[in-house]
Amino acid sequence: MPKITINGKELEFKNGMTVLQACELADVEIPRFCYHEKLSIAGNCRMCLVEMEKSPKPIASCAMPAAEGMNIKTNTKLVEKARKGVMEFLLANHPLDCPVCDQGGECDLQDQSLYYGFDKSRFNENKRTVRDKYMGPLIKTQMTRCIHCTRCIRFATEVAGVPEIGAIGRGENMEITTYLEKSMESELSANVIDLCPVGALTSKPYAFEARPWELKKTESIDVMDAVGSNIRIDTYGWEVKRILPRLNNEINEEWISDKTRYACDGLLKQRLDEPFIRKNGKLIKSNWDEALDLISNKIKNIRPEKMAGHVGDLVSLESIFSFKNFLTDLKIENFDFREREMYLNSSDKINYLFNSSIQGIEESDLILLVGCNPRHEATMVNARIRKVYANRKIPVYSIGNPGDLTYEYNIIGENTDVLRDIIKGQNSFSKKLLSSKKPIIIIGETALELKSGAYIFEELKEFLRENNLINDNWNAFNILAKNASTVGAIDLKFFNIKENNNFIFFDKLKNNEFELIYLLGSDNLRFNKNDTFVIYQGSHGDRGAENADVILPSPAYTEQNGLYINLEGRVQECRKASYPPGNSLEDWKIFNLILDKLEKELKNKNYQKIKELTLNNIVNFSKIDSISKNKITINKKKECDFIHEKIEIKKIDYYFSNSIARASKTMSDCRAIVSKQFKNGTTI
Amino acid sequence: MGEKLLKKEDRIFSNIYNELGWQIDNSLKREDWKNTNEIISKGREWIIDEIKKSELRGRGGAGFPTGLKWSFAPKKLGSRPHYLIINADESEPGTCKDRDILRFEPQKLIEGCLISGFAVNAHTCYIYIRGEYLNEGKRLQEAINQAYEKNFLGKNACGSNWDFDIYIHYGAGAYICGEETALLESLEGNKGQPRLKPPFPALVGLYGCPTIVNNVETVAVVPTILRRGSQWFSSLGKPKNTGTKIFCISGNVNSPCNVEEEMGIPLKELIEKYAGGVIGGWENLQAVIPGGSSMPLLPKKICDTINMDFDSLIAAKSGLGTAGIIVINKDQNIIECMARIAKFYKHESCGQCTPCREGSGWMWRILERLAKGEATYSDIDLLSDVTKQIEGHTICAFGEGSAWPVQGLLRHFRKEIDKKCIGEPIVKKRKNIPYLIDQHLLEKDNA
Repeated sequence: MPKITINGKELEFKNGMTVLQACELADVEIPRFCYHEKLSIAGNCRMCLVEMEKSPKPIASCAMPAAEGMNIKTNTKLVEKARKGVMEFLLANHPLDCPVCDQGGECDLQDQSLYYGFDKSRFNENKRTVRDKYMGPLIKTQMTRCIHCTRCIRFATEVAGVPEIGAIGRGENMEITTYLEKSMESELSANVIDLCPVGALTSKPYAFEARPWELKKTESIDVMDAVGSNIRIDTYGWEVKRILPRLNNEINEEWISDKTRYACDGLLKQRLDEPFIRKNGKLIKSNWDEALDLISNKIKNIRPEKMAGHVGDLVSLESIFSFKNFLTDLKIENFDFREREMYLNSSDKINYLFNSSIQGIEESDLILLVGCNPRHEATMVNARIRKVYANRKIPVYSIGNPGDLTYEYNIIGENTDVLRDIIKGQNSFSKKLLSSKKPIIIIGETALELKSGAYIFEELKEFLRENNLINDNWNAFNILAKNASTVGAIDLKFFNIKENNNFIFFDKLKNNEFELIYLLGSDNLRFNKNDTFVIYQGSHGDRGAENADVILPSPAYTEQNGLYINLEGRVQECRKASYPPGNSLEDWKIFNLILDKLEKELKNKNYQKIKELTLNNIVNFSKIDSISKNKITINKKKECDFIHEKIEIKKIDYYFSNSIARASKTMSDCRAIVSKQFKNGTTI
Repeated sequence: MGEKLLKKEDRIFSNIYNELGWQIDNSLKREDWKNTNEIISKGREWIIDEIKKSELRGRGGAGFPTGLKWSFAPKKLGSRPHYLIINADESEPGTCKDRDILRFEPQKLIEGCLISGFAVNAHTCYIYIRGEYLNEGKRLQEAINQAYEKNFLGKNACGSNWDFDIYIHYGAGAYICGEETALLESLEGNKGQPRLKPPFPALVGLYGCPTIVNNVETVAVVPTILRRGSQWFSSLGKPKNTGTKIFCISGNVNSPCNVEEEMGIPLKELIEKYAGGVIGGWENLQAVIPGGSSMPLLPKKICDTINMDFDSLIAAKSGLGTAGIIVINKDQNIIECMARIAKFYKHESCGQCTPCREGSGWMWRILERLAKGEATYSDIDLLSDVTKQIEGHTICAFGEGSAWPVQGLLRHFRKEIDKKCIGEPIVKKRKNIPYLIDQHLLEKDNA
């Protein structure tokens, strides 16, 4: 490996590194504003200047490629003078309004001016003011504070794929703007708030809520989609004030979607804090005793075949596990987690995972989307696809029309016929697919919900297996799960499937065979209520609670510990960051209370034991936070019927997809703006 | 040297005053396009070698050896095409040499493009011309069309088996687009902001392809050098500063003009012989900006003896730049002149990097106050600090370009400035305070 000398210390570095990265290897900190690891290099802040031997001028270390034999010095007078000079320029036209700035306490400019700034300003002229720009309901602007690092511009163009932020004007009059002053049309837009090193772009919903040092920080994971983005939950007392991304290169890199970030104000609204009982058609506030009595009486009087359970989209593994135990204790066999009739084959673990892994997308050389819209179903997966597309221009194809995905793709067909032709080798695309070394085929839930869902799944898998695209080194077969609970529920076998019928639960539901339905956080299941007795257990008064006869309050994802499996099959821990409101109880405790009323034996009396048992029940589990290698077994091929039909990718109400998001004011603001843009016909 | 004027036959641009006509037929009489085919048939090695031997330095301002620049381009054509770009974005205040070449000697430029293009393996040449040169651009287009008609350009250009096309692109009037990498950005359709170097355009330039960017005058002299031989060219001027150069003399002179002269000619001779002398006589001279507004000015004392070439001017802490000589006589307020130049740089800064964006405006504001006599003593040191904080810390050479004229002013006219600073000084007693120390410690000292 080549060698570089930094402050007299010689060390090895990897080819392709910049001087700044080499300095980091040497534990030499370089101040910077414009440089960001995940963005292209701009080199415009000039804060990272270092001295290089044989160069009369200091060099920008972020942009200079490290080379063999370079001699870099960062502790000389020249460097110090250069940095102090740049800092003075940055502060010259900066308003210095830290006491009223939301960035205070986590501001790069503030931190670095501590080392490189003066305590007095020599700038005696009038300071520049810049008119604030409208950037939508999420981003609050105070453009006078801007130091023109262009991180936001680079993020919007490169990562988000919507070149809607740019700089106009030149010299002193350069301004960052969204040109037409409308909100940025991206699900990743709020990441520019994290990127902004100063208080120019701050969070609108979080404006003046708290100072960073007052907040309790809890590292957790996100449940808004099945990706399991790593997040940090900042709480002030009971309230979740904000959610920030945590770096995890295997999943979300440094970004999170707007929904992940801002649905958190939904945690304060529409909360279920006491048990409710429906009396004379109205939900009346009640207490645990009364509610549990009512439930246990109902359960006693109804035969188990007439009862059913359904798990919602945000439920943790432990809750699913205890719920399943609870149901089996009561001999109830009808339970499911699916929201619609979606084909499911759980015989093999690779059958319901994103097997190529999110990081694996970066290695691929061809991507085929089958009936999915990754932009709305798994935003971070889409960001990763966009990244490979931007870096290597890999071809992306889609069957079905998902709309704007922020990168270019070809639609090869919108019917199931195309898929059959590809499988039979009658479509020219088959050749492209088979000649690529690491293709990725992503099957969305839309495709599996079709009548020929079974055909698409089984035949496509068989096709890939026969052509050796599912092997130990590369697995091209991917299922894009939509909900955080999906993979976990399949792993814990929370469904009722027989060889000849995939949809027993749904058939019975349609025929109104159930007299009692127990909904665990389930808001998206559509059914006719009629005389069915509905128990809803969950955190928010949403669609599920509306129909319920009894409501049992339980905590949301930020308020209890829980495990989740993301779409890659990675088990991750969601940690308790605050407390549930009112008299909510953890899910497993509620089940125990009911069983107690029914005078049944309690098997799982503490959380640790439930967690342990849950992990034991996960198929092929190795370690938390990692993906385990799944064995590929050859199943006997089933015969499936092909049905000619259109693959229509349903528009997802992105900002309103779960109960927390629906309770959030910020999300409804975002939704209103998107639907307004629809009407005006300006975009999308 | 320099005692006698440049001989008429040694002039490269014989039609700089349009006495002989700019049309291609007239140009042909002036030996343009003579033996071009033969020159090209000698091969690129020979051409580059000959230019290296002639010691031709770039005429755009930086004075980089042209032959060396060409040799940076990859020798063999790879998967990506090579481009030749002619920088005709002549925006430096005080400079208008390229304009006369474009108007009156376009064939010299076009022939130069073909030869240089061949030398650097480029089939395509873009001439980036400043938007204000609309008429010049039209003229150039006409000249290019004439060259196409004679088959000097296009497929098998001039019978050389080399396909060569020239396109004109108009800028939109930004000074910064004269910087080669900003020019490339602008040409690609982006905001004109300089790129980071390395990589240099010779390897990664226009659309990521190897690109050579040359000034109009540099390319226009190439055919003549090759025809008459490098020996002839290097015999003019002095070593490392060879050949002839078009000087643009403007400001307080009796007859401002463009003139082609030998490198190293004394400044005084240039002004007196060609520009009719300084208004009010040589004794009335206050200062001269020798190379376009971005070069530090020279006071009369230096002007008396200075020779006009790259190295002599660098020794005098200035530079030849574009050889746009701006003469300032004693009727002018030198501080106001510099404040005007600072305003120009403030207006033209692209705003990409911090020191130039924030510093150029700051300098202008201090100079404005100085000119009005509203500044204090501390402002003078502050101004000097600001120039030093800009210089060398920017992405492109614009930083130096805006800081140097002010530094020149401070270096040579400190007395005049001190006289102007009648405002109440903030620090009464002028102490030698090192600027990089903690200010609060300083106050204790004062207390």
